[in-house]
Amino acid sequence: MNPLARFETIVAFRFMREGLTQTLLIVAGVALGGGVIVFMSALLAGMQTNIIRRTLNFQAPIQILAPDQVARPLREGEAAVAAQIQPRSQQLRSVDQWQKVRADVERMPGVTGVTPVVTGPGFARRGDATKAVSIIGIEPETYYAVIAMAEKIVAGRDDVGPIDIIIGVELAKDLGTGVGDKLALSAANGSASTLTVVGIFDFGNKGVNERNVYVALRTAQNLLDLAGGATSLDVKVRDPFAAESIAQEVRDGGDLRVDSWISTNAQFFSAMSAQILANTLIRIFVGITVALGIASVLVVSVVQKSKEIGILRAMGTARAQVLRIFLIQGGVMGLTGSLFGSLLAWGFLLMWRGVAKNPDGTPLFIIVIEPSLFAIACVTATFIGILAAAIPARRAAQLDPVVAIRG
Amino acid sequence: MAETAASASETLHLSGVRKSYGVGTPLETEVLHGIDLVLRHGEFAALIGPSGSGKTTLLNVIGLLDQPTRGQIFIVGQDASTLGEMELTQLRGRAIGFVFQYHYLLPAFTARENVMMPMLAARGQADDAMRETAAALLDRVGLTPWRDQKASDISGGQQQRVAIARALAMNPALVLADEPSGNLDTQNADAVFDLMRDVNVKSGTTFLIVTHDPRLAQRCDRIVELVDGRIVSDRANPNVVRRG
Repeated sequence: MNPLARFETIVAFRFMREGLTQTLLIVAGVALGGGVIVFMSALLAGMQTNIIRRTLNFQAPIQILAPDQVARPLREGEAAVAAQIQPRSQQLRSVDQWQKVRADVERMPGVTGVTPVVTGPGFARRGDATKAVSIIGIEPETYYAVIAMAEKIVAGRDDVGPIDIIIGVELAKDLGTGVGDKLALSAANGSASTLTVVGIFDFGNKGVNERNVYVALRTAQNLLDLAGGATSLDVKVRDPFAAESIAQEVRDGGDLRVDSWISTNAQFFSAMSAQILANTLIRIFVGITVALGIASVLVVSVVQKSKEIGILRAMGTARAQVLRIFLIQGGVMGLTGSLFGSLLAWGFLLMWRGVAKNPDGTPLFIIVIEPSLFAIACVTATFIGILAAAIPARRAAQLDPVVAIRG
Repeated sequence: MAETAASASETLHLSGVRKSYGVGTPLETEVLHGIDLVLRHGEFAALIGPSGSGKTTLLNVIGLLDQPTRGQIFIVGQDASTLGEMELTQLRGRAIGFVFQYHYLLPAFTARENVMMPMLAARGQADDAMRETAAALLDRVGLTPWRDQKASDISGGQQQRVAIARALAMNPALVLADEPSGNLDTQNADAVFDLMRDVNVKSGTTFLIVTHDPRLAQRCDRIVELVDGRIVSDRANPNVVRRG
């Protein structure tokens, strides 16, 4: 059965065409409202994706560390000797049986990669220049599967051998060094090694570019006096937002300190939650405004067409048919408005891409225009339209034909 | 109330029909006081009476647009008092055609679409047979050249003829006309009346026409007079000799 040849559809479209100005105005209103929602949603999603991507550029979603060392009070029988217990200073320690932990975590659902890391403080020296750095010992083949390092290399290569080092652009500038140059790397315990700069990275973060230096895992183990150890296991997960629940599972599995990027970036997440809440509120209010607009137009239409509705009823039109005539109008207004709104939002997003740029000409952040967002907006607007039409439609269906015809 | 049965030759049978407004309130007013009326197939009757006598109320009750307070209504043998809302709507659409003083055409639709409307409401979807029936009805009322014109773009007389064609769309057994020529000049009033008479003669459709115009009433087979909600006279018109 052709839905466009149905009685209710034919009458609904003619009623809308008859009140063309009203119809166009409300469709324009829905288009603007829908456009704002789609544009804001895409912008917010783009911003969030961008911030998350930047954060996870140099931070694993989950980090497994050795548990904190705690001070134990001296006891004599049941009574404690010490009156006051000071927190213990934390030594650089390896995760106990990290190979077993790594194998266990690799088997967990949602985990896509685990890599051992040795991290500790050190100094990089070249000539008279010395900079405090964070030594990061990595196993390149597994580390690059967790941290997208390769794409951040701006000079040289990403492969680090036993006598190689990769440094950030800021550190390279401070030390006046480049690819192929040598620099001395020493740890706080006095161990030192002379390494060749094989690569320079840029994470787009000044602190990281200044501080982090990457060496082979074994090199870091030797420098930091942690033979065969790993100070942490960096874990990559398929869904970054599932990191905290997976981290909790690891915590439950043994005596380990497990940090997820969600818990270590709590401030960012509370800001993001506030942003999502604000956006949701705006969406709700715009949705209500659109619904009220459609409802008010249809209420007026029912009043204007009460005689026609009365005559339709006299001719044998059922109440349910009258109800559907107005529900169809609400749905069509919502759908048409949202289609135009999606087009509008798409145009704005393209414009935004052209305007919002970094000083170097690269996009401020990447906005992915998801067709599903437009589809969701259209379905929601159609539903809102039908819902908004419910009251006027019910009113029309309940019109007494005698009263309606008499006017 | 005694049970009444309608005979097969009756299009309309009213038995003890009463209609009150404001039922159960101190302002309760009875407008129709026990109307008994039978219209047989093919009758062409006028319903006359002074303003406020209850003619339109009676027409609305007969047309199943309004419920009687008491009494029985049989339309083509079917007892309307036993029917639910949906069945009443279906019976109204199938068996009764309405012509009002004002045409009440849907202005956004063409003349043909207006005529199609009762068929469309009953069957749910437009088809070619429906379009052909509408065209034939418009041809019958002499409006073929105007069939694709918007209802709002044709003259008052033409609009009323479209309304008659629309009333005949479902081939109803009974057409109720409430002052169908009340808004027309004499020439157009005569034309509309002649048209209804022609349909009555050729198709055997029963007509009940409310009119204030004694000239037109005198052209009906039967004249029913209503005064203060009571039928005070119901007589065959000796001036009219049935044709056909």
